[in-house]
Amino acid sequence: MSNPLSSLYTEIVMEHDKRPLHAGLREPFDAEVHHVNPTCGDEITLRLRLGADELVQDVSYEAVGCAMSRASASIMADLLIGRPVHEIQPVSDHLEAAMRSRGRLAGDEELLGDGVALLGAAKFPARVKCVLMPWKAYQAALVEARTLGA
Amino acid sequence: MSTPRSPFDLEAIRADFPILERRLDPETPLIYLDGGATSQRPRQVIDAEVAFLTRDNAAVKRGAHRLASAATDAYEDARETIAAFLGAPSPDEVVITRSTTEALNLVAHSLGSGDETVPDHLRVRAGDEILVTEMEHHANLVPWQELARRTGATLRWIPVAEDFTLDLTDLDSLVTDRTRVIALTHQSNVLGTVTPVERLVEAARSVGALTVLDMAQSAPHMSVDVAALGVDFAAVSGHKMYGPTGIGILWGRYEHLAAMPPFLTGGSMIETVHMDRSTYAEPPARFEAGTPPISQAVGLAAACDYLTALGMDAVAAHEQELTRRALRGLTAIDGVRVIGPADGPERRGAVSFDLAGRHPHDVGQVLDSLGIEVRVGHHCAWPLHRRFGLHGTTRASFSVHTTPSEVDALIAGVARTIDFFGSLS
Repeated sequence: MSNPLSSLYTEIVMEHDKRPLHAGLREPFDAEVHHVNPTCGDEITLRLRLGADELVQDVSYEAVGCAMSRASASIMADLLIGRPVHEIQPVSDHLEAAMRSRGRLAGDEELLGDGVALLGAAKFPARVKCVLMPWKAYQAALVEARTLGA
Repeated sequence: MSTPRSPFDLEAIRADFPILERRLDPETPLIYLDGGATSQRPRQVIDAEVAFLTRDNAAVKRGAHRLASAATDAYEDARETIAAFLGAPSPDEVVITRSTTEALNLVAHSLGSGDETVPDHLRVRAGDEILVTEMEHHANLVPWQELARRTGATLRWIPVAEDFTLDLTDLDSLVTDRTRVIALTHQSNVLGTVTPVERLVEAARSVGALTVLDMAQSAPHMSVDVAALGVDFAAVSGHKMYGPTGIGILWGRYEHLAAMPPFLTGGSMIETVHMDRSTYAEPPARFEAGTPPISQAVGLAAACDYLTALGMDAVAAHEQELTRRALRGLTAIDGVRVIGPADGPERRGAVSFDLAGRHPHDVGQVLDSLGIEVRVGHHCAWPLHRRFGLHGTTRASFSVHTTPSEVDALIAGVARTIDFFGSLS
């Protein structure tokens, strides 16, 4: 088995795929979004609950997808819950930049935590979307929650 | 040009495909099992296109210079070759399009033109019914959904049975006096199932409905004869039958084409043009607006010649043997569920499978690391996957250049994929 493959399916990724954190849809929530990747049929339904000062109180989700997308959703939910939105934006921006760098931009573990384990996918252009889908869903849910809250 | 070979000389055929010499990395030869998505091209096709481009290239059917005339001859000669390959009674029944998708959309749009001067049997209107099947590629489903939406017609479909064939139990009630069109695939791109075209043609004729056959997956793999099949329209892809991308074929019975309004309009398809109105050319020109895919037509004709030289019956026998081998090997692996019929005469060389619920992207990724290139996902047949409770499958599809040892490598690769994820979980 060649090396890039083990850099993709790291132990952390496989662990999150097998035992995803914060999975399942929960109440209460401010916004719910449903995203689909039409090329592979992967789907995620994501709910976001914001508290005072835009603190993320809960992110719950149901994800159908490959190991990368499921692990990404699990790692993301764990990174988001309990943190204010303004702290999350740099994490999300950094992950997206690293994912789109084709492996040139090393991930900052301080910012990404377990998320650095997802960066193996950056060298596989077809897999970048798998990792980013849950994050896109979070961004859309945030816009919706803010619109509804305004 | 290739010369007929006998028997099926796999080594010589492989030597015709330059890409097969490629290594994905120094240790990994290419095992290309994705001809169902797009086929690789033999040098005979590549050379024909290059020869045309370096000698005769010009716009067709316009201009009086020698190149224009040479290009027009090459284009019309290609049409004749393609017509003969498909069993079309006349080259005038062969419309050159940009893709199978465009060919199918052409029919759907023309039938829904709303033009009242068009004979009734070539019009779909409110209250009419369009019948498709649950195993269609999106290209032979979405255009009919849209036709139904535009006209107020009703879309119905023949379900797929548990054994992955069409369930014709309720055919008599699905085909009614209101049925105007039956559109179906000749061979499922996911299941490898060959559909009972004759039976459906008979059902369509009994109520005066048209039949539209998607042959994108059959024409490269078996001998086809549109006249003998008895359908009214058939669509074919260039790049799935060893020809170029950017070209598809619509075959239609001339009396239909001659009575149908155009789909795309513009240059080349007109008879006369005034500022406020135009009249249109006879078929096939009426349906070929704009500058057509000229070098692609030359390449596709070369692909037809290539397949004819191999002999389509020999091609079919070769690929059925590979299919049998793959089915035998894959079904013996614990955790593999093949999504397609068991081996049989109506079972062809697209072998899709689910691997213990493991996502097909993950399966394809491991196979790719072994040099085995397969298709993953819903293969543009989302409703069919949903029918079997799946989000996607992994599909291996076989070509004239596929060897038994490549099929064995696939089987071993699938077993290794299970080990890989088994060892990580």
